[in-house]
Amino acid sequence: MYARSARPLRRAANVLARFNSTTVEPPPAGGHLPSVATSQLLRTTRESALRAPRIKWIDEDSTGPVKPVVGGRETRKMNTYQAVRDAMRYGGESCLNSSGSKKCSIVLLKDDNAVVFGEDVSFGGVFRCTMGLAEEFGRERVFNTPLTEQGIVGFGIGLAAMGHTAIAEIQFADYIYPAFDQLVNEAAKFRYRSGGAYNAGGLTVRTPTMAVGHGGLYHSQSPEGFFMGAAGLKVVIPRSPIQAKGLLLAAIRDPNPVVFMEPKVLYRSAVEQVPIDDFELPLGSAETLVAGADLTVLTWGTPVYHCEAALHMLANPPPSIATHVPSAVRGAKIELIDLRSILPWDVETVTESVKRTGRLVIVHEAGMTAGAGAEIAAEVQKRCFLKLNAPVKRVTGWDTPCGMQYEKFNIPDAIRVLDAMVETLSY
Amino acid sequence: MIRQAAAAILSGQRRSLASVARASANHHGYLPNTHSPIVAKPHFFNSVTEDGQQIPTYRVLDGTGKPLDGAELPEVNETLAHKLYENMQLLPTLDNILYNVQRQGKISFYMTSYGEEATIIGSAAALDMEDEVLGQYREMGVLLWRGYTLDKVMAQCFGHSEDLGKGKQMPVHFTAPEHHFHTISSPLGTQIPQAAGVAYALRRTPERRSRSIAACYFGEGAASEGDFHAGLLLASTIPSPALFIVRNNGFAISTPSTEQFYGDGIASRGPGYGIDTIRVDGNDVLAVLAAVKEARRRCLEQGRAVLLEAMTYRVGHHSTSDDSFAYRARSEVEDRKRIDNPITRFRLFMESQGWWNAEREEDLKARLKADVLKAFKRAESMPRCELKELFADVYGGEEPWNIKAQREELKGLLRKYGDSWEPWQTELAKFKNKGRDLLD
Ligand SMILES: Cc1ncc(C[n+]2csc(CCOP(=O)(O)OP(=O)(O)O)c2C)c(N)n1
Ligand SMILES: [Mg+2]
Repeated sequence: MYARSARPLRRAANVLARFNSTTVEPPPAGGHLPSVATSQLLRTTRESALRAPRIKWIDEDSTGPVKPVVGGRETRKMNTYQAVRDAMRYGGESCLNSSGSKKCSIVLLKDDNAVVFGEDVSFGGVFRCTMGLAEEFGRERVFNTPLTEQGIVGFGIGLAAMGHTAIAEIQFADYIYPAFDQLVNEAAKFRYRSGGAYNAGGLTVRTPTMAVGHGGLYHSQSPEGFFMGAAGLKVVIPRSPIQAKGLLLAAIRDPNPVVFMEPKVLYRSAVEQVPIDDFELPLGSAETLVAGADLTVLTWGTPVYHCEAALHMLANPPPSIATHVPSAVRGAKIELIDLRSILPWDVETVTESVKRTGRLVIVHEAGMTAGAGAEIAAEVQKRCFLKLNAPVKRVTGWDTPCGMQYEKFNIPDAIRVLDAMVETLSY
Repeated sequence: MIRQAAAAILSGQRRSLASVARASANHHGYLPNTHSPIVAKPHFFNSVTEDGQQIPTYRVLDGTGKPLDGAELPEVNETLAHKLYENMQLLPTLDNILYNVQRQGKISFYMTSYGEEATIIGSAAALDMEDEVLGQYREMGVLLWRGYTLDKVMAQCFGHSEDLGKGKQMPVHFTAPEHHFHTISSPLGTQIPQAAGVAYALRRTPERRSRSIAACYFGEGAASEGDFHAGLLLASTIPSPALFIVRNNGFAISTPSTEQFYGDGIASRGPGYGIDTIRVDGNDVLAVLAAVKEARRRCLEQGRAVLLEAMTYRVGHHSTSDDSFAYRARSEVEDRKRIDNPITRFRLFMESQGWWNAEREEDLKARLKADVLKAFKRAESMPRCELKELFADVYGGEEPWNIKAQREELKGLLRKYGDSWEPWQTELAKFKNKGRDLLD
C-alpha cells in the first residue's frame, strides 16, 4: 500500500498501484538496457500472442470441435492486472448446475460456483485485479472479507471442500503468514489425510509478490520458498499478462490448491497482446525463453527481465563495465528459462538444459538460505553432477529482511546476474 | 479446590475466596464449571447491553464545544488545553506537508491522521509518559505528545542517517524506545498479543507494576485479525494491565466497517473476554482524555486489561497509495468534515472558556507550519545511513557466517562495478560516505 510518484492524484487506477514509475531502472545514457516495457520477451503482436508455447484453448462449447487454429481468435492489449482480471472472469470449471447437468456459459462467467473474495476486492482490489467484477457478477460472488488472512484461506478451503471454486486474494504475499497454518496444515494435507475423500482443489490463492524498489520489509517479500515443503500445494508465479491469464486459469481448474503469486511490479509495466478467449498454460512446466548452449539461467517473476537485460549486456557490454566481461565469454550462448511453477517444479526441462550447457545460474529475489534455489541446486547437482563444468550459482536477495533504503543493493539486478554469468562461464 | 482458590487469588479480585467456597457448597448450580443460573425457558441473546440496545457512546462536548448536560468535565486547565490543541493542530500541519512531499516523490509513502486528531492526542494525553505504547501506524500524534521532535519525524519519513530505524522501514514506521514507543510493524494486528506480553512484563517489574500500563492501538479493520482475539484473550486470562484502544474510523482501506463486522462494533467483544469496556466519541478530545484516564486507572488498579473503542472517521485517504473517492463519495467526506471536526469542536470549547481567539489561532498555525517546513528542509538534503547497515541488526551477538559472506560478496561486487555502473553510482551517492564503507 505504497507508491512513489510526483504526479498528482488522478484516477484511482492510477494511484493505487503505481509501482512501475520508479521500479524499473531508468535506462542509462547508452540505452542498451531493455526495460520491461521494451522487453523482447513480451508478446506484443496478435500473431505472437496466439502462438505462445503450449497454449491450450478451452473453447466454450466443450462438446464442439476443438479449435487449435489461430485464425479467428482475437487478442487485446492488456497489462498484467487486466489479464489477471480477465482470467477471473473465465476462471472455474465445475460446470455442473444444481441438477447435475452441464451448463457451460462462460467462469465467473462459466462457473456459477466460482466466487472471488479478499480484502478490498469489491472496489477492485488495491492492484485493480478485481476491478468491475463485483458490478458485473454481484456481491454474492465477488465480495470483501473482513481483514483476516487465516479466515480468508480457511473460508476458501471450506468452499472448496463443498466443490465450489474459491478464488481468494491475500492483499500482499508479505501478509500470507497468518494463513500459513490453513495453507500448510489444511489445504496442502486435505486430500492425503482423508485418503482422497476430500480435497481443497477448488482453492486458488492469488497474492501480489516481490519487490518494487521502495517497499521495505513488508511489501517486498518473495515467500514462495516457504511453501516448497508443503506437498499437496502448488505454487505458480507468472512473468507477464499472457502467462498470468493462462496460468491462473490452469491454477483455478487444477485439482489441487494453488498459491498464485503475481509480481506486483509487472501489474502495470508488463503489457502484451492477450488472447481474449479462454486458454490455459500448463502448471509444473517451465518455459525456455531463449535457447542456448553454454549456460542456463533459471529464474521466475520479476527477475526474468533483469536476466534478459543481463544477457544483452553479456553479448554487448556497455563500455563502462566492458573490462569485466572478457571477450571470450561475450559470444556465449545463454539459455534463459522461466520456471513459472515453483512447486512442483519442472525438473525435466531444467536438468535437460543443464546437461547440455554444463552451467547453471539461479536467480530469485528471496534470500539465499533455503530459498527455492537451494532445492533446485541440490537436485541439479545430483542429476547433472558429471555434466557440470562449474558450481551451480545462486543470485538472490541477501539473508536479511528487505530494508527499504537498501533495496537496490539487496534485490538481484542485471549487473549481479551478469557478474554471475561471467564468473560461471570463466570457472 | 485449592488450585481454584489459588487461581482466584492470582486473578485478583473478581471472585473472592468466599464466593468460591459458596459456589462449591452450592455445587455450582448443578453445572460443572460455571456459575450460570439455571432457567427453564430457552433464552437466546445477541447483545451485551441489558436492554438490548447498542452500546452507548460516552461524550463530554457536543459538536459546538458545549458540555453535555450532566457531563463531568475532566480536569483541564488552560495550559493543558493549549497543549492538547497545539498537538491536535500539529498533526494536520505535518500531514499537509508530508502528504505533498510524498506527491513530489521526495518520500516514498505517507499516512495522514486527518479526522482522528482527538482520538490520538486525547489518548496520548491521558497516558503516562512511561506507559508502553504499541501502535498500528496512524498514531504519530502519541509520539509528538511525548516530545518526539519534528526532526525525528522527518528522519524516519526520509529514512536518512539520523533515523533510529536506519531507513529500514517505510515512512511512518516509527521506533522510539526513549518514548516507550515500540516499533511500528506493517503486518496488522501483530502488536495486540505482544501488548499482552508487554503488560505482563510490566506487572512482573516491581518498580513499574503499579505505575505503567501497555497501551495498544489498532484500527477496527485490524481487529478482525486472529491476533486481536488472541491478544485480548491472553491479556484477560493471564491478567495484565493492557489498554486496547481501537480507532474505529469507519474504513479499512476501502472496506467500510459495515463489511468488517456484523456485531456491535469492537466494544461488544470486550465482555466476551471478561474485559471492562467503553465506547467513546473519538472526535471529542475531552471524552477521550477522560475515558482513557479512567481505563488506565482500572488497568492499574485491577491489573487487568481494558478495551476502549473510539468512534471516529478517517477523513483522509487510507495512504498516499489510495484514492478514497474510488469507493466513497467526495460529498460523504465533505459532509463529515462539516458536521464534525474534532479540532474545531475543541477550539469552540476553548473559546467559550476565554482561552483562545482568532489571533492565537493564526499565530499557532503560522508557527507550526514554519517549524515543520524548517524540519522538512533540513531533512531533504540528508544522506541515508552507511550502506553497510544493510547487513546490520539481523542478529545480535555473533554474526552468522552467511551474513558475513554475503557482505563480502556485495563488497566484491561494489569494488568491481560501484565506480563504473551508472545505476549503482547513482544509488551509492544517496548513502553517507557514498557507500565507501563497503567499497574501500
Ligand atoms: C496482515 C495484514 N493484512 C493486510 C494488510 C494491508 N493493510 C494495510 S492497512 C489495512 C487496513 C487497516 O484498516 P484499520 O485497521 O481499520 O486501520 P486504519 O487504516 O483505518 O487506521 C490493510 C488491509 C496489512 N498491512 N497486514
Ligand atoms: Mg479503520
